[in-house]
Amino acid sequence: MSARAMAFGGGDAAARLIAEKLAAFLRTLRDNHFAVGLREGQDAARIIAAGYAARPNALRAAFKHLLCTRKSDWDKFDGLFDAFWLGQRVRSRSMISNAAQPANIPSLKTLQEKPADEGRQAATDQLSGPGDAPDNRAGEGRAEGASKAEGLDDVDFRKMTDPAQIEQAHAVAARLARAMRTRLTRRDLARRRGRGLHLRRTIHRNVSHGGAFISLVKRRRKPRPLRLVILLDASGSMSLYTGVFLRFIHGVLDEFREAEALLFHTRLAHVSDAMKEKDAARALDRLAMMAQGAGGGTKIGESLQTFNRSHASRVIHSRTCVMIVSDGYETGDAALLGIEMAALARRCRRIVWLNPMIGWEGYAPEARGIKAALPYMDLYAPAHTLNSLAALEPYLAGL
Amino acid sequence: MSLSREEIAERLAGAGYIADPDLATAIALMQLLQRPLLLEGEAGVGKTEVAKALAEVHHTKLIRLQCYEGLDQSAALYEWNYQRQLLAIQASHGKAAAEIEDQIFSEKYLLERPLLAAIRQPAPPVLLIDEVDRADEEFESFLLELLSDFQVSIPELGTIAAISIPHVVLTSNATRELSDALRRRCLYHYVDYPDVDREARIVMARIPAAGATLSLQIARMVEAIRKEDLRKVPGVAETLDWAAALVGLDVRDLVDAPEVVHETMMCLLKTREDKARMPREVTERLLRHVA
Repeated sequence: MSARAMAFGGGDAAARLIAEKLAAFLRTLRDNHFAVGLREGQDAARIIAAGYAARPNALRAAFKHLLCTRKSDWDKFDGLFDAFWLGQRVRSRSMISNAAQPANIPSLKTLQEKPADEGRQAATDQLSGPGDAPDNRAGEGRAEGASKAEGLDDVDFRKMTDPAQIEQAHAVAARLARAMRTRLTRRDLARRRGRGLHLRRTIHRNVSHGGAFISLVKRRRKPRPLRLVILLDASGSMSLYTGVFLRFIHGVLDEFREAEALLFHTRLAHVSDAMKEKDAARALDRLAMMAQGAGGGTKIGESLQTFNRSHASRVIHSRTCVMIVSDGYETGDAALLGIEMAALARRCRRIVWLNPMIGWEGYAPEARGIKAALPYMDLYAPAHTLNSLAALEPYLAGL
Repeated sequence: MSLSREEIAERLAGAGYIADPDLATAIALMQLLQRPLLLEGEAGVGKTEVAKALAEVHHTKLIRLQCYEGLDQSAALYEWNYQRQLLAIQASHGKAAAEIEDQIFSEKYLLERPLLAAIRQPAPPVLLIDEVDRADEEFESFLLELLSDFQVSIPELGTIAAISIPHVVLTSNATRELSDALRRRCLYHYVDYPDVDREARIVMARIPAAGATLSLQIARMVEAIRKEDLRKVPGVAETLDWAAALVGLDVRDLVDAPEVVHETMMCLLKTREDKARMPREVTERLLRHVA
């Protein structure tokens, strides 16, 4: 049935049909991660009632403005709209989506990206066989399987072997992240005095003194939390450490008001959303899926380039500390890494590079990547034990 | 006064704004559903211009609130006129405190800031909340409240209801992710770089001296430059600057004046890296493409 027939078909039956159809369309959108609520449904009905349904193009444009809330919605809306309202077998399709299975429609399936759904599948995959993590899966997948350990503060993460103790280490990492935030905030408050007078409050307080300013109220500086952006190397060479750092990141994202996390190996992935899952284990499962396809190599330079291009303007402001966790084994172009580090250094307040290998005996920064990046780092520190992580906190607090 | 889409498109054209065809729909929906319009897009695609054109369409005033980090209620909504309040307090020595309080917290001592001014106009104005992503999250949630009720409560004075509901336009550059609540309350329109044809018409409308041939060449050239690997992609404002520069230098045809084209690239390329990426050879290659 065409949009035209809907708009002009009279009677209760037609009205009910329109309402049902509209509801089905909104459900399809919701399945495609559109933020569509009841109010949007009512407004969509008003749009139809206002005569927009007479021409499909007008209806599409109107719905597009109403129902999209971000660029990604904007880009895929036309395809969804056309498939739903103008497709050949509209009727059967809407019946399928009534059964809440829009993913079965081939034409819709190709249109939608469904990270959350895939995440769920990945989670079940892992639950069914937790012991046999496939070896060809680098990054997070392998790290979970490999980094079993023992939980003392000074034990190198890669030497931890007992599953119970690595769990303990993970918990400590998460707690550490939490503690950092609390202390950072408190110091901020203690150090900074208020500046000018807060005239409005002062007048208020002193009206009863006949306008003589007896007690003064000072303007307080608004606490501005430090923003922490963590770039974690999830390549094969780092796999023994990624598990612990992911827990650390999870704690940081959970506790800091402003923090972002990105993961890189041969390419860069923004993982803040996946990591904001409250339950750490589930967050890691979602991540395992995102890290799939990670090869053995690390293209730090290219990943940083992507970061500088597409993420930096959104993620970085003047009170941002960028924390890069990597061993610096660059398989790409080391010169590019130098250039991109310079660009990054211009934008943010501090760059902290954590390298688990510094803690190894006889280590010297010989890797090409590290050599190129070294001039732009504000701090180059070890991060192979919980103690070394904890040692960072005073530094961050001083920023 | 509700305008149809056709009327809106006509008036936009009349105001010299060469609109994306969908924009008229967005404006019609703003009236129909009484929702604000959120415009997103790269810097320099003309988001702010939309609000100006909207004011033209409705023949009304444009009130602009530029957001920045740390923007608070006293800069956005209202502020008491402290100097006058202090004077009044000094002048009325000896009166009862309550009496003084009534006096100095009256509308006479209130300074309107853009948001309060917007809801107190006799005719609905266009309220442009520019670069809302630069403001703090606290301000965003405060804005949410204002946009749903269109009333302001001032503790000392009581609630001030809107005299007219303004047409609200918000713009964002995505330097920070806006909250879902704010996004849901708004109609959404993504402003993209105009296509060659539309950009040529924009150049012609703004710089009549440019002429049809030159405008089209400029638009094609800029489109080609946007496809190059640049850090700061030139926006429509840069195109207009460039067109004005070329017209000022008496260029009639880009192909005849490759030297001038290359030397005036500074209107389009705003960083040193970008300048290095567009050497003479690249400019000439693009020029051949354009001709």
